[in-house]
Amino acid sequence: MSAVPALEVRGLVKHYPGVKALDGVDLIVRQNEVLGLAGENGAGKSTLLKALVGLVAPDAGEIYVRGEPVKLRSVVDAADHGIGMVFQEQSLVPNLTAAENIVLGSEGAAVRRGIYRWDAMRRLAQEQLDKIGSHIDPLARTDTLTFAERQMVEIAKVLRIEERSQHPPVIILDEPTSVLESKEIETLFAQIRRLREFASVVFVSHRLDEVLDVCDRVTVLRSGQSVGEVATAGAVPRELHRMMIGSTGSDDHYHENAAAPVTAEQPRLSVRGLSGKSFHDIDLDVAAGEIVAIVGVHGSGREDVCRALFGAEPTTAGEIRMDGKKIDLPNTRAACAAGIGYVPAERKIEGMVGSMSVAENMTLTKQKARCTGPFVAPKKQATLVDSWIRRLSIRTPNRDTAIGRLSGGNQQKVVLARWLVGGDIRLLLLDHPTRGLDIGARSEVYRLMRELAASGVATVLLADSLEEAIGMADRILVMNDGRVATEVACPSGGKPSPLDLVKEMV
Amino acid sequence: MTAEEVVTAPRRQSRRGASFRDAGPPVALIVIFGIFAALSPQFRSIDNVQNIVDAAAVLAVVTCGITFVLMMGSIDLSAAGVMGASALTVSLLVANNRNDNDFGLLGILVAVLLGCAFGCLSGLALVLLKVPSFMATLGVSAIGLGVATLMFAGVQPNISDAMLESWAIERFLGFAYLTWIAAACILVGWLIQRYTRLGRYAYAIGGAEEVLTLSGVRVKPYKIAVFTLAGAFYGLGGVMVTSQLGAGLVQAGDGYDFSAITAAVVGGTLLTGGRGGILHSAVGVLLVMVLTNGLVQVGVSPYWQGGVEGLIVVAAVAAAVIPQRRRNQVVK
Repeated sequence: MSAVPALEVRGLVKHYPGVKALDGVDLIVRQNEVLGLAGENGAGKSTLLKALVGLVAPDAGEIYVRGEPVKLRSVVDAADHGIGMVFQEQSLVPNLTAAENIVLGSEGAAVRRGIYRWDAMRRLAQEQLDKIGSHIDPLARTDTLTFAERQMVEIAKVLRIEERSQHPPVIILDEPTSVLESKEIETLFAQIRRLREFASVVFVSHRLDEVLDVCDRVTVLRSGQSVGEVATAGAVPRELHRMMIGSTGSDDHYHENAAAPVTAEQPRLSVRGLSGKSFHDIDLDVAAGEIVAIVGVHGSGREDVCRALFGAEPTTAGEIRMDGKKIDLPNTRAACAAGIGYVPAERKIEGMVGSMSVAENMTLTKQKARCTGPFVAPKKQATLVDSWIRRLSIRTPNRDTAIGRLSGGNQQKVVLARWLVGGDIRLLLLDHPTRGLDIGARSEVYRLMRELAASGVATVLLADSLEEAIGMADRILVMNDGRVATEVACPSGGKPSPLDLVKEMV
Repeated sequence: MTAEEVVTAPRRQSRRGASFRDAGPPVALIVIFGIFAALSPQFRSIDNVQNIVDAAAVLAVVTCGITFVLMMGSIDLSAAGVMGASALTVSLLVANNRNDNDFGLLGILVAVLLGCAFGCLSGLALVLLKVPSFMATLGVSAIGLGVATLMFAGVQPNISDAMLESWAIERFLGFAYLTWIAAACILVGWLIQRYTRLGRYAYAIGGAEEVLTLSGVRVKPYKIAVFTLAGAFYGLGGVMVTSQLGAGLVQAGDGYDFSAITAAVVGGTLLTGGRGGILHSAVGVLLVMVLTNGLVQVGVSPYWQGGVEGLIVVAAVAAAVIPQRRRNQVVK
């Protein structure tokens, strides 16, 4: 093993408006090594990876490839330096053949003067596929392949940078296992071990057991910094996880004092045996004033349960009751009518109409609240919207400002207010309500959640992190593979530890 | 468990070739042809079949061009204007009653190149000015009509070029020369689609443009080239109409833009791009022509035809998107 690291990162910094995504990250990838990268959501993993393949320009810091400082301006630039990435959301053209995807952008002998030589192309692709010992038909259309096969095609494609840079490549795998079956994961791991013979690999996964299984060394990121490095031999997930979450803040970040005691009578929401495409037999009770968090890894089905409760996802079996009354949720309209509100994870896409005003966004769903008969009553709307701007202390120049110009936290408050203006909200479904918000804004959203709970609204929370789920929830449902694995009480003063939950999640 | 075992295990059929969905339009063509043939003895006569194919020639050429644009996920409404300009150009360059020109084949070539120039203009507007293809090509169509009107100058040029006139009249193996030209266009189009980077990238752009960019492909030149190629087909289409009419008319391309989109979509080329192709479109053209002709032969009033055709287009598109339909889908 040579002394010069294949790839080294020193003090990388990247700011986004309101967030410091990378705050001086250091990273070393040695030659012929599999390095694991672990960290919670928002720890800066994806920003770091994007910086390594030239998709994000860092504000400060250096990247060294085999000891040489480099500036990576594009994916092609990174490829020329021998760095390639297998993206989490696959980056293959679905309607081309596997072979075309493998050679895409550097066809070489496969295309001469713009004319395809299918034979040469097949041969070139076969060479790459042979490197990883894959038997996929190079001329198969990519969208006819299984997800696992497409991943192999991506790896084969990335390996083409070997010819380009004339050096052992560095291959980055971003969450490659998140949608694979266990058998396919085995294959992938065999592949990674094979890659190590002639390349360096950076492996990113949420599943710590996998990281420990396949990696030689793990670097842990937290809040945009590298907080530690662990040799995997003899390490246990517990240790890693402790580094990932760090010590929890001692201040009352989650406003636990404000947590109202739940007076359990009849549950507000009662779900029995709910099943759909990606979840099965879900039982769930939420009392008025209670916050129930659902936790689970990517692919556990919790997002789909949440959407199903809002009528946005079809269900195949089960029963949903609100305050004891059985309801049907064939569409989102029915859910709104039943007093259910939903704050989607993708705020900018699903949560708000960016070019419309604060007032329009706030009254989007509960039109009645601002109308007299079929007509919008401007005065009524103004009074209503202004009162909610005050009550939620939304910082906006005025009610007619386009919502897209507010900060993320204030946008989220408007999105929440949309469900409150009608005055008939009974159940709130919060899908990652603090995603992309900075600490101050998060805290305000937490306070708002507490107030709503205190006023008797039942809440289902899909938290951004385990810490948040534990901090906010009265009860936690752990989902694993589309089923409820366990239910953990989570009262103020008797909070479970994240590790207890992780055990059930994986 | 080794890597090979897992990767090779499931092997479904038809990974390379046509899928079940691709089979729809050809099957529909055969079924509809069969129905009309059973209903009407005139319809199934050799003469009538020749008629259908001959009548499809111009539409087939225009559809070839538009298919490349649709494959890319863009749209092209410039066919009518480009065809008008090319019709006037060719009729004023070959032997005619307005001037002493007699450039013959060269005149035809110039008309086709003019089509290329118009197509290139659409592409440049899309790529450089970021004008959506819908508006860019609509504008180019208007420019084309304007140029054609200028050249028309109030006096209709009647052509007397023997070769150009013969295209619409002379037959080879029972089909008009124009039909053979259309067949050649389909062949060339198919070769471009299958064996050139331009064709494959047009297809890939419709499939996942971002991926191409991520792979270091510069997409813009290919977009311009695709519109230019389409313009060439429209230019040739204008020449063919002139041959049929024996005169250069501003309205030579009237209605071909929408008919071509119809034919392409009915044949299985999606407006969202990334699917279909020249052969699909050829089937679509025949489907449309068989319908038009068949409805007449079985005695449906011509007044009904426009409406019936429209219904069929909507039904075809609805059938094509059934597999992708889901709740809360946004359709614009």
